[in-house]
Amino acid sequence: MSTASVPVGAAALVRRRPPPAVRRQRFLVAVANHSLLIAAAIMFLAPFAFIVLTALMTNDQALSSHLWPHPFRWRNFSDVFHQAPLLRWTLNTMIYSVVATIGVVVSSVPVAYALARLRWRGRNLAFMVVLIALMLPPQVTVVPLYVMWSKLHPFGFHFIGTLWPLIIPNWLGDAFSIFLLRQFFLTIPEEYLDAARVDGCGELRILTTVVLRMAKPAIAAVALFSFLYTFNDFFLPLLYVGENPSHWVLSIGLSEFRSLRQVQWNLTMAATLLVMAPAIVLFFLAQRAFIEGVTLTGVKG
Amino acid sequence: MLLLMSPWLAGFSIFFGYPLVMTGYLSFTHYDLLSPAKWIGWANYSYLLHGDPQVWPAVVNSLEWIGIVVPLQVLFAFGVALMLARARLGLGFFRTVFYLPALAPPVAATLGFVYLLNPATGPINTVLDHLGIQGPLWFQSPGWAKPSLALLSLWGVGNTMIIFLAAILDVPRHLYESAELDGAGPLRRLRWVTLPTVSPVVLFAAVFGVIQGLQYFTQAYVAANIAAGQASQAGDTINNLGYPQDATLFYPVLLYQHGFVNFNMGYASALAMLLLAVAFAVVLVILLNSRRWVHYAGAVR
Repeated sequence: MSTASVPVGAAALVRRRPPPAVRRQRFLVAVANHSLLIAAAIMFLAPFAFIVLTALMTNDQALSSHLWPHPFRWRNFSDVFHQAPLLRWTLNTMIYSVVATIGVVVSSVPVAYALARLRWRGRNLAFMVVLIALMLPPQVTVVPLYVMWSKLHPFGFHFIGTLWPLIIPNWLGDAFSIFLLRQFFLTIPEEYLDAARVDGCGELRILTTVVLRMAKPAIAAVALFSFLYTFNDFFLPLLYVGENPSHWVLSIGLSEFRSLRQVQWNLTMAATLLVMAPAIVLFFLAQRAFIEGVTLTGVKG
Repeated sequence: MLLLMSPWLAGFSIFFGYPLVMTGYLSFTHYDLLSPAKWIGWANYSYLLHGDPQVWPAVVNSLEWIGIVVPLQVLFAFGVALMLARARLGLGFFRTVFYLPALAPPVAATLGFVYLLNPATGPINTVLDHLGIQGPLWFQSPGWAKPSLALLSLWGVGNTMIIFLAAILDVPRHLYESAELDGAGPLRRLRWVTLPTVSPVVLFAAVFGVIQGLQYFTQAYVAANIAAGQASQAGDTINNLGYPQDATLFYPVLLYQHGFVNFNMGYASALAMLLLAVAFAVVLVILLNSRRWVHYAGAVR
């Protein structure tokens, strides 16, 4: 007791402390706040916990009201691959996500630079149009786009049933990425660009040397968002490859998983976990890029 | 300039401008993709307004979602962010926990929730049963299907929460201190210091929520499909959209049904035009007010 009170007394000499009543009240508020946080955290984690537990059950248990698996059936995670072409779906998803993401970055950076840093007539109007395109629901244009892809048969190649109608538009600029990159480019001090101009750099050279190097965090955020968006995308794959199971992506495959062969809930939850895993792993690998990126979309909005 | 802008110019005209005009044209035709489009004047619109019994339920569902669930999301995210901002211990841990569900792909998260909220043997009703509460039928009942979807959307509120947290932590400390000196308690500090400073961000999140609400599709589609399959046990029924009893028939689901299940491209375009009108009105409100918000946010930073 006495040894504990000595440092407290010493601290009181160095810094004025609030009176005990105030300290007590603050302590209680902090305790209440943390209890609430812990309760909320349990509610947020509970769905994950139940999904994990079910993924480890036998099918009979998953259909009973038992909450704890007995025995733990780790084989579910390998059985999933025999029940459904999960690898095929993963490969298709990766093709869509990776090729589209590269396209988004390559095509959106120059547009964002022109909108942020070059002076030309109609720039504000163009930016306004980007904003409108960003905010209107995709359902507004989806019917004619589908008609367009279904009528195009170059060399007898049919687009419907393939992932190309999803990938190609991403190579021609994505409104959200353009918006995000433009907001970031605006924060680069003009002096850097002027210095490069004085040294005789053309705009293209400035973009590829000065701007790209300074915009790395924003480009990382755009790539991350684009990857997740395409990875999660369900509506467009449903339209274009829904009827062609060999081109299904994970989101479509997972939604059809249960009806495919009357597959059981335990395997369905195992597959669900496997589909959740990549995004969560990616998050822990690139936590800072995530948080900074999300914040960038909001605060600068 | 033209070189830098060219990807977007091409992408915009092919994948946005052209289809937008075509949606308008097709909405005055009867078109099933196979035979040429036939001009039928206002017939699609008069059927939309007077004939189609599903339009009104779909409009009401979407409006309810935007009017009730979107504000709930914003409030909930703000509450969690406030608690987080006050956390002394484990801020990083709690932030990760609350953000994680936002990373779960929508299809996977929906699948998980349909299982969790399975009325007979699902974990949630099992837990409720232990507490002596008779759990509802969740996704199987017309009255509870939307609240179930609302729970799912509240679970995934992490992005908004992160944005709010950043904004709250950005409020200059000296504002709180001077308010405290003036004798303002915690509630009045929240009302007169925190809220006015972060209000542009909250407004932005609300508007973003409305835009998202207008296109709400994936979760409703997947939940209806899985829940219907579960109820019938026979797998695919003819039409699961909106199950049960059109409770999850949101406007984009209706559009999908007419356009891509029945291939009524003309009528689907008319539905899209109505969506366009509403969405464009929202966008206009945003753009006309954006100067004020952006300036406000800029002044604070």
